[in-house]
Amino acid sequence: MSQALTTQAAAVPAVAEENHQYLTFSVAGEVFAIGILVIKEIIEYGSLTEIPMMPSFIRGVINLRGAVVPVIDLSVRFGRAPTQIARRTGIVIIEAGSDNEKQDIGIVVDAVHEVLEIPNKEIEPPPTFGARIRTDFIRGMGKVNDKFVIILNVERVLSIEEMAMLSSISHQGESGGRGEEA
Amino acid sequence: MDELQQAFVQESNEQLEQFEATLRQLEQTPDDPEAVNSLFRHAHTIKGGAGVVECAFIVEFTHVVENLLDLLREGRLEVTPPLVSLMFACSDQIAALIEVFAAGEASPEPAQAEHGAELVRQLREFLPGNSQAESTPGGSVPAETTSPVESLGGAKVASDCWHISIRFAEHVLKNGMDPLSFLRYLATLGEVAHIETLSDGMPPAEAMDPECCYLGFEIDLRSHADKSAIEHVFQFVLDDCTLRILPPASKLEEYIQLIQELPEDTMRLGEILVKSGALTRQELEQGLRLQSQPHATGAAEESTAPPIGEILVERKNVHKDVVEAAASKQKQVSEKKALEAKLIRVQADKLDNLIDLVGELVIAGASGALMAQKTGQAHLVEAYSVISRLVEEIRNSALQLRMVQVGETFNRFHRVVRDLSRDMGKDVELVISGGETELDKSVVEKITDPLMHLVRNSMDHGIEPAEAREAKGKPAKGQVRFNAYHDSGSIVIEVMDDGAGLNKERILAKALERGVVAPNQQLSDSEIYKLVFEAGFSTAEKVTSVSGRGVGMDVVRRNIEALRGTVEVESSEDIGSTFRIRLPLTLAIIDGFQVGVGRASYIIPLDYVVECMELDTSETHGRDYLNLRGEVLPFLRLKDLFQSEASDARRQNIVVVQYAGQKAGLVVDHLLGEFQTVIKPLGQLFRNLRGIAGSTILGTGEVALILDVQSLVKVTAQQENFSQHAGLPALNTP
Repeated sequence: MSQALTTQAAAVPAVAEENHQYLTFSVAGEVFAIGILVIKEIIEYGSLTEIPMMPSFIRGVINLRGAVVPVIDLSVRFGRAPTQIARRTGIVIIEAGSDNEKQDIGIVVDAVHEVLEIPNKEIEPPPTFGARIRTDFIRGMGKVNDKFVIILNVERVLSIEEMAMLSSISHQGESGGRGEEA
Repeated sequence: MDELQQAFVQESNEQLEQFEATLRQLEQTPDDPEAVNSLFRHAHTIKGGAGVVECAFIVEFTHVVENLLDLLREGRLEVTPPLVSLMFACSDQIAALIEVFAAGEASPEPAQAEHGAELVRQLREFLPGNSQAESTPGGSVPAETTSPVESLGGAKVASDCWHISIRFAEHVLKNGMDPLSFLRYLATLGEVAHIETLSDGMPPAEAMDPECCYLGFEIDLRSHADKSAIEHVFQFVLDDCTLRILPPASKLEEYIQLIQELPEDTMRLGEILVKSGALTRQELEQGLRLQSQPHATGAAEESTAPPIGEILVERKNVHKDVVEAAASKQKQVSEKKALEAKLIRVQADKLDNLIDLVGELVIAGASGALMAQKTGQAHLVEAYSVISRLVEEIRNSALQLRMVQVGETFNRFHRVVRDLSRDMGKDVELVISGGETELDKSVVEKITDPLMHLVRNSMDHGIEPAEAREAKGKPAKGQVRFNAYHDSGSIVIEVMDDGAGLNKERILAKALERGVVAPNQQLSDSEIYKLVFEAGFSTAEKVTSVSGRGVGMDVVRRNIEALRGTVEVESSEDIGSTFRIRLPLTLAIIDGFQVGVGRASYIIPLDYVVECMELDTSETHGRDYLNLRGEVLPFLRLKDLFQSEASDARRQNIVVVQYAGQKAGLVVDHLLGEFQTVIKPLGQLFRNLRGIAGSTILGTGEVALILDVQSLVKVTAQQENFSQHAGLPALNTP
């Protein structure tokens, strides 16, 4: 069993090399892409529980078959207005975190489009400015039908370390700056 | 490590624990024969186990310990304090050796081995000078000490080896004994000069049972070990084998006797003995001739000494005694085993798995009950209420499985206190009460460290030296007390000492020095005592190896808070201090009380809930306290704190919660009733979130948050204090 898992894990980078598949979706009117290997599933938006005293990019938590999974609003994380819930709003469940500490995280998307194949030679390096989101969030710019799709760097966008830190700052701000407690 | 080895490590550690407990008992009552017997049994069991898993270095060391205990048992040695101390050291060494074995190393580190050798040397000092004196417990003169004058009959054989004949019983393998491991162990005692395997007992192939042992061995061993040591090798199969041991240079007759007693054909055995070098052919022939005319030896000789046959019978009798003693010992052990058999060892992860499943069952059950209620069918609702009750019972018994008594953990500290009091030159005893109080195994494992810190702290800082105590009119002997009891869903563990108590002035001075408190700040006594849990805080005037580096107490606090517990301290000068640890009983499933705030549901652990009532807004006048039957009850409004949207609730309710004697009110919109709550941790992302202890899944499938009552109250109090001090309006009342 564990052997099977390790071989599977070892096979992942190889697959990533050959199989340049990306899921595209839209957030705040823009199209983004994430490599499909980190994506676990896509579900409909619903029955989300808000968590008080957390920054607004943490939308809340959902019950994913008995596991409590936090949901991130990418739009807020990118410094834009919160996502409006509509008919096509969905949650993409992504396996984030480092090797020894995996955590499932959901991201709210306006709509899920399709799975695309983008060969490496069709990926341009991120622009130093102009994308209007943090450069370290971008892994590259994929060319699809003569249009650019922002391929997200999931490790950075969903960095648990960073988000937990941000939430502690925001929490302190909200609760009156208990300096020595942190 | 395979299963057998794991079992050995675990069992040996348990035996060692009991070994130490008995040692302590022996220290109190040195002439308790039962204690000595029990020490011997424990050491023996460890040695036996080590033999089975073929761990030679444990066997060797334990063997020496066992020898000494054997002498004690026979009353040939007195129990003295230095001896007990040495035994404690030996117990440590055995523990260290077991660890080495558990780590999979082939032998201990040189330093450790040296320490072991030193202990063995000290042990030997206690042994009577003549190592042979211990060889036969009955005290009868064994054959090997026979001097030339006593020797009689035929000549001695030339061989300088022990001759061992062993025939294993057929069922020996079925009893879990591997003959080979005994032989290997035997080889550690000396050099096996010759070994002959006898397969004469082997039936034809079709009649053979592969699970039976049909083998016998004739072994010649060149060794300086004494007879009892060799016999000990086979201790565990004594009942399951025929064992004959002939010392080096035994008399010829004894060999002949041996040959005739053994089931195999005389001539064949004789051949084997010749082949193995135990006998020369000449000796054999002479012996057999002698045997055929038994009274050929001179009458004069017969009158001076008993006939060989008699000696042998005598020896056999002695041997029988030994066997009987061993058998009764085995019986005692097996009786103890029977008692233990009432317990089942279960892998901890299997239990965890069960608890997880029960958690899922609770959630699924709740959702089923909700569905049933929606259908409005009375039969269905009734059926579900039965299921719910059963699920609750299953949950309780499943959690009960993980409950262990805290006493076992407490008892380990006897040793700590004993050693520390010796190191510090203070006379301190440990008194334990409430050891039968139960709490979750996972919690128990994590409180040992904090308790260790607290005990060290009490002994180093709390309890004064004997002279100081006497000057104060206290008994010279200091006391550290452990107490445990259940209190409203928590377990409370107290560590008390009857020492000098915490020195308020010194704590305050130190706090000022460190800038933890401002010079003009007014602090209550309990606030001052709390300062000792600040990081880097130590008032010990000198740093000892035990405490005083100021790292202990804040570690204690953090460890305990990590378990969702609290620690507080009470102290009065010259009477002593009490550290009180409060821990939740379990980390997995709790009874909750569900409340609604805005559109969200929250769970308050039911154990904290005292009562619920309606909030009369005309009474509070915008202030956040009310009159609860003459008591001032401060409350906090969850809706404001959580900044949740307004709800349509016309009335608001107050849930009165109590934690560690402190009462507070929580203002909520709806009271939704009791709810079995499976705690799901929120994960790393929310690690900085205060006021929320975790989450759970409601019957509807929605996630509800569990309130951390204690930190909620703390957060609110701090906010108010902060904004009042800063002259700002409180932030939670916008």
